[in-house]
Amino acid sequence: MPCGAWTPGHDPPSCRFCPPQRALPLFLTPDEWSALRLSLLVAGVATLASLLPGLAVAYLLARRDFRGRALVDGLVHLPLILPPVVTGYLLLLAFGRRGLFGAALAEIGIVFSFRWTGAALACAVMGFPLMVRAMRLSFEAVDRKLEQAAGTLGASPAAVFLVVTLPLALPGILAGAVLAFAKAMGEFGATITFVSNIPGETQTLPSAIYTLTQVPGGEAGALRLALISVALSMAALLASEWLARRARRRLGA
Amino acid sequence: MIEVAVRHARGAFVLDAAFTAEGRVTALFGRSGSGKSTLVEVIAGLVRPQHGRVVVDGVTLLDTGAGVRVPVHRRQIGTVFQDARLMPHLSVRQNLLFGRFFARHRPGGPSLEAVADLLGIAALLERRPAGLSGGERQRVAIGRALLARPRLLLMDEPLSALDEGRKAEILPYVARLRDEARVPIVYVSHAVAEVARLADTVVVLEEGRMTACGPAAEILRRGGLFPGRETGEAGALLQLRVAAHDDVFGLTRLDGAPGRLTVPRLALPVGASVRVRVRARDVLVARETPRALSARNVLPGLVTAITPGDGPHARVEIACGDASLVAQVTRLAAHELALAPGLPVLAIVKSVAFDEETIGVVEI
Repeated sequence: MPCGAWTPGHDPPSCRFCPPQRALPLFLTPDEWSALRLSLLVAGVATLASLLPGLAVAYLLARRDFRGRALVDGLVHLPLILPPVVTGYLLLLAFGRRGLFGAALAEIGIVFSFRWTGAALACAVMGFPLMVRAMRLSFEAVDRKLEQAAGTLGASPAAVFLVVTLPLALPGILAGAVLAFAKAMGEFGATITFVSNIPGETQTLPSAIYTLTQVPGGEAGALRLALISVALSMAALLASEWLARRARRRLGA
Repeated sequence: MIEVAVRHARGAFVLDAAFTAEGRVTALFGRSGSGKSTLVEVIAGLVRPQHGRVVVDGVTLLDTGAGVRVPVHRRQIGTVFQDARLMPHLSVRQNLLFGRFFARHRPGGPSLEAVADLLGIAALLERRPAGLSGGERQRVAIGRALLARPRLLLMDEPLSALDEGRKAEILPYVARLRDEARVPIVYVSHAVAEVARLADTVVVLEEGRMTACGPAAEILRRGGLFPGRETGEAGALLQLRVAAHDDVFGLTRLDGAPGRLTVPRLALPVGASVRVRVRARDVLVARETPRALSARNVLPGLVTAITPGDGPHARVEIACGDASLVAQVTRLAAHELALAPGLPVLAIVKSVAFDEETIGVVEI
């Protein structure tokens, strides 16, 4: 049904108030492809890069009592409660070209602002609390008596971590990584504030959808990308559920 | 040779114990809360005591005075916990080889096959711990500790989480371990039956303090050392030999220092050594030979001592041959029989008083 406009020259296919009238074209345009590829790249890099720091912080918070623990805990969780725009702005202040660290990093060739690397950084920061939370819970659930037993069998603390703690915490670690990946796929506010919305460089799926909804005739593209987003999120959820179930079965619980 | 001295305060609880033990199995005996487990944790290195010294076979593992503290993973003390603590993500074989991997640079010790045979777990190797019964898990835990090439095996109430049937299933394996594995064992328990079957040396703990320490036969005679329910469990520990079997009536005759004992049929060859605990509460005392008596064991002896207890009981020590029995009788009976040191009496024990709990095989 057309939107009801009666103005001469009203063209339903390009009118942004008319719903799509033809069957949805399923093929992605080159720009949409590039947004999808970029999103996967940004989310993948963000997840992989935050994996080790995430493990370290989660382990510290789960197992160690140190001064400033509450501060670390608070800092990690900050992106969860701050408006994403504020996080993006703070990133701009810190890692922008003339930012606190950005200027120094630019001299050794590491540039974040208006690059896909910046999008990855923003996504990593936004996903970090979710990742740390899941990992920390799984570290806390590892029976410390098993670690003690491993120690009496001759395993050094590092070996205990690698052969006992890590494998036993694996379901939670994977869940944390999947969560962070899913969050990165959907991150919008911080990314667009920090690195803007440059097609082919920083335009990820959410920014592409946003752009498409702002231009006439973009509905079909927006819907296509939205469907892809839904599919990817569902796949991530199912994958994490499957991994967790597999790990649980392996532990015989 | 094990030397342990610990002083450690934890809140209001103070653990203060020092003992030296030589021999294959040293039992740490005491009721729960007596400090046994803390002592075990100190020896294993899981707890850092305020003051302490632990020396095993000449190697100082802990000496707070000299600032020596070998970390847990370098102590080479195989520890078997109450709960088996098997790694749930590893197979039984991987669990067994866990400690062996970290001990790979030290030679010696039994092979996986030998340990699996000794403990009867060869058929379980490819299984996962979650699929094992409690008794099987505990046997795997023992094997795992043994394969780590330990200088000492520390067993912290390894049977307490199991029901009676499973206990009876594992106890013979622990006894075989003592006789075949040649690793000194510290065995923590609150059950007299286990201690009597296994230990050469017994250390008794009560509320953090050591109340007795000495050879098992000597310590187990003293009734007062044991927690309430176990008082009557104390008794004489005798070394005897299987002399003959009677398959018609299902009996076995044992010969030894106290004389001849008739017990239910044992599945042991003639000549085998057994350790028999004669519980004080199972021994009757008579002054004259009773006639037409159902009890099969009537041992002549001399009263050597009478110790009245706080309650209605009294302990009577009777020398039979070269051995000595303990009888728990009422004070009234001791009075009416006019029991006194030097008096010849008969110690009477029913054959059915002997069971799996009181008779164990020992290899001398």
